Amino acid sequence: MTLSATTPALETRGLTIRFGGHVAVNDVSCRFTPGTLTAIVGPNGAGKTTYFNLISGQLRATSGQVVVAGEDITGLPASARTRRGLGRAFQLTNLFPQLTALENVRLAVQSRADAGWSMFKVWNGRRDLIEKAEGILERVRLADKRHIAPKALSHGDQRKLEVALLIAMEPKVFMFDEPTAGMSVDEVPTVLELIHDIKQRGDATVLLVEHKMDVVRSLSDRIIVLHNGTLVADGEPAQVIASPVVQEAYLGLEAARV
Amino acid sequence: MSTSPSFALALPFDETRRRGGFFSTILSSDMPRSRVLSIILLTILLLLAATPFLFSGSQPVSTAAKICVFVVLVASYDLLLGYSGIVSFAHTMFFGIGGYGIAIALERMGPTWSSAAIGLLSALVLSALLAVAIGLLSLRVRAIFFSMITLAVASAAAVLASQLSDVTGGEDGLSFQLPPALRPAFRLLSEPLFGTAVNGRLLAYYLVFFVSLVVFLILLRIVNSPFGRVLQAIRENEFRAEALGYRVVAYRTAASVISALAATVAGALMALWLRYNGPDTTLSFSIMVDILLMVVIGGMGTMYGAVIGAALFVLAQSYLQVLMSAGSTALAGIPLLPDLIHPDRWLLWLGALFIVSVYAFPGGIVGRLRQAKQ
Repeated sequence: MTLSATTPALETRGLTIRFGGHVAVNDVSCRFTPGTLTAIVGPNGAGKTTYFNLISGQLRATSGQVVVAGEDITGLPASARTRRGLGRAFQLTNLFPQLTALENVRLAVQSRADAGWSMFKVWNGRRDLIEKAEGILERVRLADKRHIAPKALSHGDQRKLEVALLIAMEPKVFMFDEPTAGMSVDEVPTVLELIHDIKQRGDATVLLVEHKMDVVRSLSDRIIVLHNGTLVADGEPAQVIASPVVQEAYLGLEAARV
Repeated sequence: MSTSPSFALALPFDETRRRGGFFSTILSSDMPRSRVLSIILLTILLLLAATPFLFSGSQPVSTAAKICVFVVLVASYDLLLGYSGIVSFAHTMFFGIGGYGIAIALERMGPTWSSAAIGLLSALVLSALLAVAIGLLSLRVRAIFFSMITLAVASAAAVLASQLSDVTGGEDGLSFQLPPALRPAFRLLSEPLFGTAVNGRLLAYYLVFFVSLVVFLILLRIVNSPFGRVLQAIRENEFRAEALGYRVVAYRTAASVISALAATVAGALMALWLRYNGPDTTLSFSIMVDILLMVVIGGMGTMYGAVIGAALFVLAQSYLQVLMSAGSTALAGIPLLPDLIHPDRWLLWLGALFIVSVYAFPGGIVGRLRQAKQ
């Protein structure tokens, strides 16, 4: 199925999750169109990561739907959502700590190539998968660290590897959860460049949870604001940042500090 | 964190380069990667291949056959424990199913090859079904619950085998006749070869040897396949593997089934060699503990560890008592010492050996040898 400009790559309809009496995400309906980078902002505890978890399948919604390219995937487990084109980089680095960087990416490439059930071939006989993984490591500037395991990589390199895994999955929707969190200042531009690069190539749909307003301002085409689990603002970056509700709910604090 | 070379886990060689060659193909590109390890493995292989011609008497050959069977059994368990990170206590159940499959079929349907084939096939089917059932029911829950469920199922199977004495022979087990070609009276060659009679017993040994070798090489291939790599990824980070699009429950269940099938073949070989199967030879929980020890001593997550662990352990089981009895006699007259190494204390010394080896080689013998090379 080809996506017309009007079919959203991803849509949430009335997405809600309750933990006991607490409503972490409350009736969030939103459409994400191809070729757009949407930043999701909001104070800590606003439900941004929970919203991501509901979309990518780590959590099951209490009510509401997740729709990818017109297909309702609310009932599917995370692995099936991944195979339908949802790609997610995690906030806390989430890799295979003992395997080499190359093997981390190769596993993602292998999943994309649907080669996981091959039992009687030797894994390194699939040169194509290895070469593709090497190419992606080069793209994220980790080629020289291909034989190092993540547990021995710096935090910034681990984040880059996380992005590499996401690129390897070739998703239709890229979801970044605070990709620059905990990074040193000189490492941030590389990751932002990578995200910018993903946005430039093809018509990827990119969702980005980010705290740093300068990053949001420079990368995003659109900003949505979550507050106490509810969507409170949605629109062009300049317009959203200027709106009183955002100034009060979230940016006011930041502005006061800066 | 520093990325200085001391922290870098750089590999001693580039494993992504596919090397041609006969050995690389046979060993699925998973070379021993240590000269000492290669020599040890080659020695074990050659000794096992030549045992009937090197040693006289029936005990050495029986020990060699038992090593062959346990190499398969331990390797198949390592596929679960070392490669997939699944702790199962039901492995002897599948071992037992293989043994009973052969025993019941040969006893009931007569000593022919076709009854052996039917027995083995039914055992394989039963094992596969049980492994799928246990896997689908419990591999989606937490690891500890899976272990408990396997423990319960294995105990139930052991009770069932001892209670259904009409079928299984109960505690006494089943003795049966082998097909004529595997009986001692059968002569393939009229003249002895290198001083050894080429009879059915010799054929039975080589049947055990070659089937074990082939099953081991298949397991080695599976752990080095794209599938095997997924198992290791799941062991490392199950959550991430799922997020990459791998259906974790399906992969784990498949690993359980493969492991169960190999254990079933091992049980069938054990029964064929002993011409007997009973609770104590294949089904007892003490065998489960032995398997665990062999995997850990040899090195988890390395198929070659199964070879070394099984060889060492079975040899110790068979000959430690003999050795200790000799030592005890030699030290007669000295106080305490003869008592300490009295043959009845062999389990104590085996336990001590185990503790020392786990302390000295946390990665098992294979892990230690490969590390020494770096």
